[in-house]
Amino acid sequence: MADPAGADLKTTPLNALHISLGGKMVPFAGYSMPVQYPLGVLKEHLHTRAHAGLFDVSHMGQAELTGDDVIGALESLIPGDLKGLAAGRIRYSTLLTETGGIIDDLMITKPAEPGSEKKLFLIVNAGCKEGDFDHILRRLGSRIKLTRFEDRALLALQGPSAAKVLVRFAAGCDAMAFMSSRVAKFALASGHDVDVRLFRSGYTGEDGYEISIPGDRAEAVANALLAQPEIQPIGLGARDSLRLEAGLCLYGSDIDTTTTPVEANLSWIIGKRRKLEGGFPGANKIIEQINMGAQKMRVGIQPIGKAPARAHTEILDEIGKTIGEITSGGFGPSVNKPVAMGYIQTAFATPGTKVQLMVRGQTLPAEVVALPFAPHRYFKSKS
Amino acid sequence: MSQLRFTKDHEWVRVEGTTATVGITEFAQGQLGDVVFVEVPTKGKALNAGGEAAVVESVKAASEVYAPVSGSVTEGNAALPDAPDTVNKDPQGAGWFFKMTISNPSELDALMDQAAYDKFVADAS
Repeated sequence: MADPAGADLKTTPLNALHISLGGKMVPFAGYSMPVQYPLGVLKEHLHTRAHAGLFDVSHMGQAELTGDDVIGALESLIPGDLKGLAAGRIRYSTLLTETGGIIDDLMITKPAEPGSEKKLFLIVNAGCKEGDFDHILRRLGSRIKLTRFEDRALLALQGPSAAKVLVRFAAGCDAMAFMSSRVAKFALASGHDVDVRLFRSGYTGEDGYEISIPGDRAEAVANALLAQPEIQPIGLGARDSLRLEAGLCLYGSDIDTTTTPVEANLSWIIGKRRKLEGGFPGANKIIEQINMGAQKMRVGIQPIGKAPARAHTEILDEIGKTIGEITSGGFGPSVNKPVAMGYIQTAFATPGTKVQLMVRGQTLPAEVVALPFAPHRYFKSKS
Repeated sequence: MSQLRFTKDHEWVRVEGTTATVGITEFAQGQLGDVVFVEVPTKGKALNAGGEAAVVESVKAASEVYAPVSGSVTEGNAALPDAPDTVNKDPQGAGWFFKMTISNPSELDALMDQAAYDKFVADAS
């Protein structure tokens, strides 16, 4: 196709590589991104779980916050405990509205490197980044400095072979704890080192890394990784099916400003101290929901038959009353059956509850299940 | 002699006398990607030209297969639901969706022949 992406789309530093790899480019969050490569979504998904895959996620927003009280400042916008976050560790959290709705979900890293005591590194969703950074500046502008890294690329290397592949280029990275981060040298065969920041995290439920790279060195790093026999390039299609099987939320589908972290079944992100002290947007509502329960909850939904149930499918109880809605659904290649998640009235949220799904005018049987569909296989440090 | 016709929704229809076999084209399966679910109509189902006749879903998306002409289903491809990837492997052969009678043969005139469809695909891509 000539240029299905259109003229107004931004491109990542790996755009030429995607095209040379045969990536099928589609518009996503204002960027031209590969939805799949010639391998196809199904095999890309299975390859990632069997070996490892390389994803370009450079469209995501990367930024650094700096300030004398950067931790206290950011804690005023999120429910997570950053004071208790050790140096070199990553925390998953959410920016919240005054009523406890989710403005975005994000990764917050407290760098361990000397001289970074007053810094936090943020990675936010592509589609939310302008709004997120505006929100942070509007609320915290007098307390922090925000530096966006527009020129940096972000790669995700995900799968059980990720560590043994990456350690060929970045010595010691295989010992990094899950949800930890550090700067590293990525050694190219040319003898040149590329300064990168590694995060042992991801969006597939597998072990793996996210790698922040200066944009002009991203293609060299990507090519070095793609030359490894275990690695295939993976598009956004498989990224979505992998995260869905892993029970992870997609912003804009599974979480948004109308859902709180409690409703989203993300209560674990609310720090113990924060629960006691409050002091984050929507704290009253969120703490009340923790104590009293929420009206609706995000749950896993397992269709019993073969037909996938897509987003916006109505969930009915056994007598046909509407009790919720699917927010993400499709086919899970690793579990080899349809998988879905959605919001359901809390009375029906117990795993094992029988429900019905309205698919193309017919009711299909389904069951509330615990997430994830594909067990998480994150790295566990030997201590 | 059979004749092959195509719709703008990328179905093919092989016409033999007053009956037809319907599936989706090579181009359509390529656009769709890995097919993971297929629902074919049962014998006797009445179809209107352009109406929904079958369902085909890839990992990412669900699509309808439309009836190219009006008529009645004589057979759904019973092998497809258990082997949906046949649609990718052999879309214009073993990956057929259903067979039907043709109640109004003049509806075939609105469909494209191979040359017109090839041009339609080239223009769309």
